[in-house]
Parts: sequence; C-alpha cells; structure tokens
Amino acid sequence: MTLTLPQQSKPPSLQPTGWLRYLSFSVDHKVIGLQYLVCGFAFYLIGGALAGAIRTELTSPVADFMPRDVYNQVLTLHGTIMIFLWIVPVVNGAFGNYLIPFYVGARDMAFPRLNAVAFWLIPPAGLLLITSYFITGAAQSGWTAYPPLSLTTPASGQIIWILSVLLLGGSSIFGGINFIATILKMRRPGLKLMQLPMYCWAMLGTSILVVLSTPVLAGTLILLSFDIVAHTGFFNPGMGGNVVVYQHLFWFYSHPAVYIMVLPAFGLVSEILPIHCRKPLFGYTTMVYSIMAIVVLGLVVWAHHMFTSGTPPWMRLFFTIATAFIAVPTGIKFFNWIATLWGGKISLNSAILFSCGFIVNFVLGGITGVALAQVPFDVHVHDTYFVVAHFHYIVYGGSVFVIFASVYHWFPKVTGRMLDENLGRFHFLLTFIGFNLCFAPQHWLGLNGMPRRVAEYDPQFAFVNQISSVGALLMAISTLPFLWNVFASARSGEIAGDNPWRALTPEWLTTSPPPVENWAGEPPLVTHPYGYGIPADQIDLKDASGSDLWSNGR
Amino acid sequence: MTSLSPQDQAVEIQEHHEESHPDHRMFGLATFLVADAMTFAGFFAAYLTFKAVNPLLPGAVYELELPLPTLNTILLLVSSATFHRAGVNLRRSDMQRCRRWLLLTAILGLAFLVSQMVEYFTLPFGLTDNLYASTFYALTGFHGLHVTLGALMILIVWWQCRTPEGRVTADNHFPLEAAELYWHFVDGIWVVLFVILYLI
Amino acid sequence: MILVLGGLWIGQNINLLPVGASVNAPIYDELFRVLFSIGTILFVGIVGLVVFSLVRFRRKPGQIGDGIALEGNLPLEIFWTAVPAIVVLFVGLFSYDIYERMGGMVPLAHGGHGDSQATEERVWGGIGTAGAMQAGSEMAVLPLPVEVTAMQFAFLFHYPEGDIISGELHVPSGRPISLKMEAKDVIHAFWVPEFRLKQDIIPGQPTLLNFTPTRPGRYPVVCAELCGPYHGGMRSTVVVESADDYDAWFQANRKLPVSEA
Repeated sequence: MTLTLPQQSKPPSLQPTGWLRYLSFSVDHKVIGLQYLVCGFAFYLIGGALAGAIRTELTSPVADFMPRDVYNQVLTLHGTIMIFLWIVPVVNGAFGNYLIPFYVGARDMAFPRLNAVAFWLIPPAGLLLITSYFITGAAQSGWTAYPPLSLTTPASGQIIWILSVLLLGGSSIFGGINFIATILKMRRPGLKLMQLPMYCWAMLGTSILVVLSTPVLAGTLILLSFDIVAHTGFFNPGMGGNVVVYQHLFWFYSHPAVYIMVLPAFGLVSEILPIHCRKPLFGYTTMVYSIMAIVVLGLVVWAHHMFTSGTPPWMRLFFTIATAFIAVPTGIKFFNWIATLWGGKISLNSAILFSCGFIVNFVLGGITGVALAQVPFDVHVHDTYFVVAHFHYIVYGGSVFVIFASVYHWFPKVTGRMLDENLGRFHFLLTFIGFNLCFAPQHWLGLNGMPRRVAEYDPQFAFVNQISSVGALLMAISTLPFLWNVFASARSGEIAGDNPWRALTPEWLTTSPPPVENWAGEPPLVTHPYGYGIPADQIDLKDASGSDLWSNGR
Repeated sequence: MTSLSPQDQAVEIQEHHEESHPDHRMFGLATFLVADAMTFAGFFAAYLTFKAVNPLLPGAVYELELPLPTLNTILLLVSSATFHRAGVNLRRSDMQRCRRWLLLTAILGLAFLVSQMVEYFTLPFGLTDNLYASTFYALTGFHGLHVTLGALMILIVWWQCRTPEGRVTADNHFPLEAAELYWHFVDGIWVVLFVILYLI
Repeated sequence: MILVLGGLWIGQNINLLPVGASVNAPIYDELFRVLFSIGTILFVGIVGLVVFSLVRFRRKPGQIGDGIALEGNLPLEIFWTAVPAIVVLFVGLFSYDIYERMGGMVPLAHGGHGDSQATEERVWGGIGTAGAMQAGSEMAVLPLPVEVTAMQFAFLFHYPEGDIISGELHVPSGRPISLKMEAKDVIHAFWVPEFRLKQDIIPGQPTLLNFTPTRPGRYPVVCAELCGPYHGGMRSTVVVESADDYDAWFQANRKLPVSEA
C-alpha cells in the first residue's frame, strides 16, 4: 500500500493524517466504512455509465450504437460492478463497518487488520475488471457466466472476471467473519442480543449467508477456470460435463446474494424509520425472527432461477413453495414498518422519503417476485425484461434507495454538517420518477416477448424501450443534485451538532464526527435503542390516532 | 474532531486495542473454517451429482485403488493425535515434548503428501481424461493444498517454539492452537473425502 | 372493499399479455389474472397505507413531540403473518393446479430413472405431455414429433415423419406437438410468447416441450438465454396453420414416404 506519509515526529504511527488516511491502510472502522462507501460510489458511477450505454443501445430496435460483442461485455460489466462493487460492499462493508462497532458498544471491529485487508481487496479487483475491457476485452457471458458460453467466449476476459470475483468474494467472506465475531463477541458487557439495534441482526443474518454461500461460488468459479485454462470438462458437455450443475452451484450463492444485498437494507430502514417517526420500531421480536427465517429460507430457494433449465418436476414444486414462503417473513417486516409509521410524528425529510420510496418499490418487486416463484408463470417470463424489471425493483428500488436514505441520515454523523434538505427532496423526486419510468414499462416488455440481454429486438417494442431510456436518463441526472449536495454540504453545510435527529442509538451519543475510539469515555449502555415516544400508559390509545393529540405538547 | 490530533489517537488505539478485548482469533478462525468447509461441500455436491446423473463417456477409465488412500487416512488420523499431544504438552509448559510431537506431526503430514503424489503418479487417468477424473483431482488437489499449508504452519510453529524467546511459548498458545484446529479440520475433511471418493 | 373490488376489476379487465395461441395460453392467463388481481390489491393497499401515514402523521411546523410508544401488538402481528401465509398458500396451490393442467408434473416420457431404459437416450427435463393427457380422454391423437436443434444463432426443425428440415416451425392447429430439443454449442432457450411456454435447450441434455397450438397465425420463436453476440437476432417463426394447410406444406416438403398418414 502506498503510505504517503507527511513528515511527522511520531515514529510508531504509520497512519497518515487528514484526508490521506482515507487512502491508507487504516484500521479504524469508521475510516474503512467511508473507504467502502466512496469506493463503492465511484463504481456506482461507472456501472451507471454502463447502464446508460445499454439504454442508449436499446433506444432503437437494431444494434447500432455499439458492436454486439461489446454490448455483451457492457452488460456483463454492468451487472458485476453493480452487484459486487457497489451494493454488496456498500450495504455491508460501508454501513456495517461504520455502524456495527457503535451498536455493540465497541471501539473497533473484532479484527481491524483483517477489516482493512478486506477493503483493500476491492479496488484492485474492480480496477482489474474494468481494465480487462481495455486490454483484452471483458467477459461476455453475463454476470452469471453460464457455461458453455463462458467457455467459448474469449478466455482472457473471462479469466480476469473470475479472478476479480474471487477477490471480491474473499473480501466479502473476511468482512462476514468480522461482522459475526463483532456482533457475537464484542458486545459491551450488559448488552443483550435482543437489545441490539435491528441493523446488527440484519448484518448477523447477512454475514451468516456470506460465510455459508460465498465459498461455494468461489469453488465453482475455480472449477470454471479449470475448464477454461486446463481444459477439464466439468461444465463442458463435449467432454461429458454437466452445465446444469454449474447453475445449481452458482445460484446457491447468487440467490442468497440477493438477501446479502437487501437484508442490510432492511436493517438500515429499521434504524431510520423510528428516529424520524419518533416512535419505537414496531414488533422488534418478530423482526428478528423474520430476518432469521429469511436467512434459512434464502439458502433453500436457489433453483427457482432454473425452472426452465431441465430440472425435474419435484424440484420445481419444492422450490416454488420455499420461494413463495419467503414472502411471509418479508411481509411481516413491511407491515411492521408501516405500523412504525402509523401514528408517528413523521418529519418528511429526504431520509424518510427515500425509505418510503424503498417500501413502495420493494413491495412491487416482492409481488412480482412471488409471481415469478410460480413455475407456470416463470416459464413464460423467465429470462425476459419482466425479470429485469423485477430485480431492479429489488436491488435498485430496494437497496439503492436505502443507501441514499442512509447517506441523508448519517451524513451529519460522519461530517458534522447537514445535507441540504431541498436538494435532497429534489434528488428523491428525480430518482423516484426516473426509476419507475425506467423499470415499470419493462414488466410489459417481458410479458409481451422481449428477452433480456439483447442488443436488438422486435420493432414493436421500440416506443416502450424509449420511455424506459428516458427514465434512465432522469436517473442519471438525479445523481447531479446529490453529488453537488454532498460536496457543498461537506464544505459549508449547516452545522449539525452531535445529535441533530435526537436519536437514541449509540452512534449518536458521541460527537459528530466521532473521535477515533468512538466515545471519549465508557461506551454508553443502550438497552432500548428505540425508546422513543410517550409511554402507552400515559395516553388513552383510543385518542392516539393523530397529531391533534400532541398539539398541547407533552 | 477533538483536540487530540488523529495520529495521537491512532497510536493510542493501536496499543490500546491489542489488550482491550479478549482474544477472538480462534472464533474468527472457526468461522473461516466453516466457510472453507462450504467450499468443499460445493465440490462434494458437484462430484456426487456428476456420479449420479452423468454416465462416463464410452472408453473412459476411472478406477481407484484402496490401499494407498487407506494408509493416507491412517497417517492423517495419527497426525491429529500427535498434534493433540503437542498441544497438551504446551499447556503443561513442557516445551521439549511439545516440539517433538510437533515435528512428528509435520513428518506425518509430509508423508501424507508424498504418498498422495505416489498415488497421483500411479493412477491410470489424468486430470483432463474424463469428468470423474477431473473432479477427483480437483477435490484431492484442493485438499492437498490445505495439507501443504497445514504442514508449513506446523513447521513455522515448530520453529517459533524452538527457543524460549520464540513467538510460541507456554504463555502464548494461539499460533499452535490455531494450527491445531486447522489441522483437525483438514483431517476431518479428508475422512469425508475418503468416504465419498473411495468408499462410495 | 373498494380496494378488493377495484383490484379484481383491474385484474380481470386490463390485459398486459399478447394474444394467446395455444391450449396452454388461456390456462396461463387465468393464473396471470389471479396473480395480477392479488398483486394490485396488495400493492395499492400498502402504498395507500404508506401515503396515508406520511400525510396524516407528518410533522407540522413547530411540533417537536414524539409519537406513541407502541412497541408491538402480538395479535396484529399474528394477523399479518397469517394473511400473507394464506395468500401464498392459496397462490401456491392454485399455480400447482395450473402447472398440472399444463402438463408440468407429468413424469417425463423418456425419464431416465430405470436401468431398463439406460440404452434409450435420456431426457433431462421440460414440460411433459399435456397434449397426450387430453388425447387420452378424447381418444388418441398422436402428438406430432419434431426435433429441434439450436445453435449459434439459429433454430433448425427436423420432422422425423417426413425427414423435413426447416428453419421455420410449421404446426397444425389443434394437434399436440412434442418437441425434443438439443443444443449444439451453448445454452439456448425456445420461447413462444403467444404460447406462454419456454424451455431451455441445453447442450448434452435433451429437453422436451409439449404443447397444442390453437390459433392459426405466425408467431415469433425467441431465444431467451444469452448465447453470444447475435443472441438478440436469434429468432425464428412458428407457423400455426389449419390441418389442411399443414398437410399441403408437409407433402410439398417431405423427403421420405410416411408409414402412417
């Protein structure tokens, strides 16, 4: 690592100061969290530019914007970057590293150096992936890399893709081990598991999924690379191999990967809503159990991605039922969030707007998800734009909206300054309209016969695709007010004070920005992280239906 | 920021941190081994599926003999026991015995690797001959890589507890215990592998 | 109540699907209407609750009070655990029934479990013989066998009965068709949106697809699995025609005499 050290008289410390520590091998969990966030956002901009290229190509039904093989490289890079370099590192690595030690009352993660190693695997892996496009041509077989296509497309790009995903998988596993150890072992004395903020539970569940499923992907990709480099025949039917086995192993990771992307988002929303509604999180216990149910069910639903892959009927039946039942714990969480909103004193700020945007988008994504779990339905729309719309509603409408909500929520904690609320609401409006304009029409496209991953399509779909591209353009534009807001507010935003939201969770019970060891004195013992609101015995619940109750003050 | 300059705090945290909380490294290692076991589980699942649904192409040769792998199994099981003895002696602060048992474990591990190479060179099929052969080499090779790493670890630990000034002492058990846990894990994986590859 | 009725109306009356052209399509559309109705009710209901909460319970300028310290309500939580569970169970059973009517649960005709069939080529998956089931009740119409070969970037259709090789799939309306599909190079998929059917075509693993076309016309056959640069251009046409027209086409193109008329 390049340690560009300023001259200093303190020999034992190799840590640079000021902004340079964000480029260093820092072991401070807050620095690492921000490293994840900024690095992830840079990759988000790259992935977004690639999405722009895809939407530009699709404004016309013929392949005229870029060569067809380049189009396949672009869609492969877009998927890989957005999943492995943006959402997974940010919802896990960024917010997890920043918040989890606060929440458990620790001064750092359990393994600070491993933590730094996990982060520093990401930039090289990402750069490797992107430079492969310029040097040898990137992988062309989609982020799923199904053989035999991945065996027959140019090998160099595919090998670099595998290497890069292996590095990112390693980073993810190291991160997961760290989170599990921190949450289970580093809790401040006196703090019980069932007193932890919900994000800890979400990260615990996520990390369990990471530790159990990511290694399977790693093993699978190693076998795939043998097929490419050493000409073995694991997934090569010409040599007696079996291509469907790859799909099983791949989806054993990649379906849980969806929960690795959305469970932390669930956790973050559970932190944001109570604070801005001034109400306790509704149904804490059921929330915890539903997270664990999602973890267990999430591991046994992978073959619903393979209903048309020649799977036997009993398998289709089992995976239909298991998948549909994930809707139950997920539904519990959504009803609990609505119950948290209900009767609150909601400040309609950007964080709440993005959180509610998440609820709306994710409910739609969830409903199409339950539909897709039904084999007969899936047989029609599998691998079409319906699926594209569905999973963008989950990972963009879900996770990315939550990332923005979290940035608005925790920006004052990180910088000590507030973001501009008017710009924030404008950002939300543009993103929400652009997102829905982009992806809602794609449901119709899929139902009516447009397969995914195509550079050219039936001319009858041109108009709807153009609407979708306009939505994508709006989404691209929506980034500008956000970036402006972040840069301007970091320099000259309103001073936030230590606890602008009057929150009770432990990260707010210190200065903003927090000192290196998080608290000047002993870590606070927070046994009721959601203890907002007037106790129920002081009010008549029958009257507690609206803001009129509070007009007299407490 | 508080008045303390960040690097002062960083120094503080570096030193403070090492002693501020109990040692969770064994817990971390155990979690990592769960992840590692899942990698093997993926390979085993692939192998069993191939065996169940993909018949060998005509003319393919895939035959395994039992004597050498049985010897390997015994070698590894005994080495687990000897490593355990080393650990027991370390906890009794008997460094001399501990070193002796460690060395014996390392020799047994290396003997396993040699025996594995002998098996590789006498097998009637190569890596790319057929599907089962490829999976066989992938599985045993991946396991052999683990054994190699484990043997290296044992030798390093042995080196470190050679003198009283070394890193592994009667007061610092971690390197030896970590290597021991890892070694038992590798042995356990071998037993599963032996059953799945050779006996079924 | 209005919500439920509105959702049902939307589900019944807004058609997002292309025209249906196989026996399977109306069954599928039935499932789609049910899912669409339930989905609309849930979506509008939840969005309504969120918007209502945001408007009704928004903080007015100058207010700094808290909400009610309501931490949970067990009966309510049990209620909204039970409702999705029942909905999901209903949808699952219903779609199972639909799938059975499509023939998805029929054991595959050439299923490779028994050793006695070891010599016969194994079929790995697909949609079983819905047509054959119906034929059983209506006194056998033999399904028309067609072998489909997919390669980068085209479909080839081979009719064993007349040894016809065609780039377009010609099928007679009303007769069950049995496709046996295999890929030469990479994974492809056979999809006819108007039939509501799709099946991957996998190299090394032949798959089946059975259907009965009902509505004469020309429909696109689309490859739905990324198969290389020209994936988007890998299309063909299925021509559903009356039995007479099909016979005429068949007689004009056949190369072998056919034993059965």
